[in-house]
Amino acid sequence: MLKKIPNITTLIILFLLLTGNLLQAQQRFPKPEFETGYVQPSPTTPEPRSIALEYFDVFVLLAVLSLASWLAVRKRSRRGLLWLSIFSLIYFGFYRDGCICSIGAIQNVALSIFDPAYAISLAALLFFILPLLFALFFGRTFCAAACPLGAIQDLLVINPISIPSWIRKTLGFIPVIYLGLSVLFAATGSDFIICRYDPFVGIFRMDGPFLMIFLGITFLLLGMFFARPYCRVFCPYGVLLGWLSRFSKWHLSITPSECIKCKLCKDSCPFDAIEPPVSQEYRAPEVARKNLKRFILYVGLIPVLTLLGGWIGYKSHIYLSRVHPDVYLAELMITNPELKQDQENLDIQAFLESGDTFEQLVEEASLIRNKYKTGGWVLGGFIGLVLGITLMNQVVFRRREDYEPHKGDCFSCGRCMDYCPVDKVPQRKIKFKSYGPRE
Amino acid sequence: MEKKDKDKDKGYNRREFINNGVRLTLGLTVVGTGALALTRSTGKDYVWQIDPFKCTQCGRCATDCVKAESAVKCVHAYDLCGYCDLCGGYFKPGAKLETGAENQLCPTAAIQRKFIEEPFFEYIIDEELCIGCGKCVKGCAAFGNGSLQLQIRHDLCLDCNQCSIATVCPSDAISRIPANEPYIIKGDFIKNKEG
Repeated sequence: MLKKIPNITTLIILFLLLTGNLLQAQQRFPKPEFETGYVQPSPTTPEPRSIALEYFDVFVLLAVLSLASWLAVRKRSRRGLLWLSIFSLIYFGFYRDGCICSIGAIQNVALSIFDPAYAISLAALLFFILPLLFALFFGRTFCAAACPLGAIQDLLVINPISIPSWIRKTLGFIPVIYLGLSVLFAATGSDFIICRYDPFVGIFRMDGPFLMIFLGITFLLLGMFFARPYCRVFCPYGVLLGWLSRFSKWHLSITPSECIKCKLCKDSCPFDAIEPPVSQEYRAPEVARKNLKRFILYVGLIPVLTLLGGWIGYKSHIYLSRVHPDVYLAELMITNPELKQDQENLDIQAFLESGDTFEQLVEEASLIRNKYKTGGWVLGGFIGLVLGITLMNQVVFRRREDYEPHKGDCFSCGRCMDYCPVDKVPQRKIKFKSYGPRE
Repeated sequence: MEKKDKDKDKGYNRREFINNGVRLTLGLTVVGTGALALTRSTGKDYVWQIDPFKCTQCGRCATDCVKAESAVKCVHAYDLCGYCDLCGGYFKPGAKLETGAENQLCPTAAIQRKFIEEPFFEYIIDEELCIGCGKCVKGCAAFGNGSLQLQIRHDLCLDCNQCSIATVCPSDAISRIPANEPYIIKGDFIKNKEG
């Protein structure tokens, strides 16, 4: 079918252009010269969010973290932490649509370290670093009040049930695997699984694919009974925060002065993160000897588990590498060559149109698979090592005379501080109401 | 009694010493990781954008964005437009040259056709209606100058850490570009094609 040729003047212009500038010939129909004074509009280009606002986000994060740490460690105010977490939920969650977030920033950091072509933005890097440093000094105050994912779950803790320790410890191992996998997939440039399976981002945006919204609502409903399920069973950033928080310089304390061992705080904690005093039985010689034996056994197991994990990781590198689209495509085209004729398969058709040869694709895919060989070793070894250390920690007993928060698991939410009856003299009430002084 | 207290103190000091050492190590690890990433970081910010020269108009932009209504829209690079009467992006191939919906390529009738002067017509994209399917882009590239193109609109884009269209784009056309030049409009046809 022939196009209607515009008019003689444009033909002349076309001729002039053709002789004057051959490159212009790529334009099949030249731009007409209008006689009626028509003004050509230009395409609109709405600006993205300005970089200054990105740094403002960092500033807000820093302010929230500082305030949260002060509220948890010094001011001891559960109410303050609650309001601050609501602010974070509104700002980082609903206003910023859940992106940028520290949890996802793990992947940006991993990718920037392993892929020279990718440069991480300074704001994302700071979102990764700041909460970790705060955890190292004040405990997991990020989880208490700065994380919108934590805040939305924390608000819906309605009737939390206590979970036996062995179930918690076992489930608590999932985040380690999730962390390892997300770093591996990000470092190899395959996928950002933390963002893809973020359960709450769909709710923050009030828009999203069905699976995202469904996951989010499931987690929230589950969270009414199993408090903060995402934080305790999935959050990969929580793993890092937990490790650092164990060695934090300061940490929220349950009681302002002397613990009276009333156990109220243990019942108040929805996350089973408060540990009771340790009986002195473990110091008895026969118990101590038994424990020492177990300890030596577990220490000996660490290298075994690390190597075994690494080997399993290496063995599964073929399956893991299929997450990368290039590996997947190359494998698909090798196993099902007839798909090349399938006009419906967009990926294969787009590849065939792109002009790259099949050999190039296979070469690239095998390069990526080689990365997964090393990555599989590291991932498996990492998981084995953490498993070994977790086992070893089961027999390390510390003297604990009071009820204390487990510094690794405690989110610093501050509920226990409210429940602690020690020093709760209602000073103001004494002053203004006729309750009479308390002796 | 006194001795016991002293022992306790000693144990406490030892634990404190170990804790301090571990804290320092962990702190250095965090800062070190940060510094390593910092050497590869930029003060610039990045946004997702479609390279129109790589785009194959597969149609996934319309369906795979995390937003129910895709942030990808058709953009008209007017500089390239031939203002044809018979527009390959507007009419279905072989259709009558009438503006009835049955003749239009666009499934949502998001392209407005406006008469300018004989024989030129202007084509304007109504972004409210456009779903980013790229059908018109394909038509214009096949029969015309290729002045229609798909772009991620930054007033709509949520700037996800991982763009969900980029992961499914079969031609790797979506990538992070510096936020200070957030669009790749084909207007500078020659420069972009060469560069």
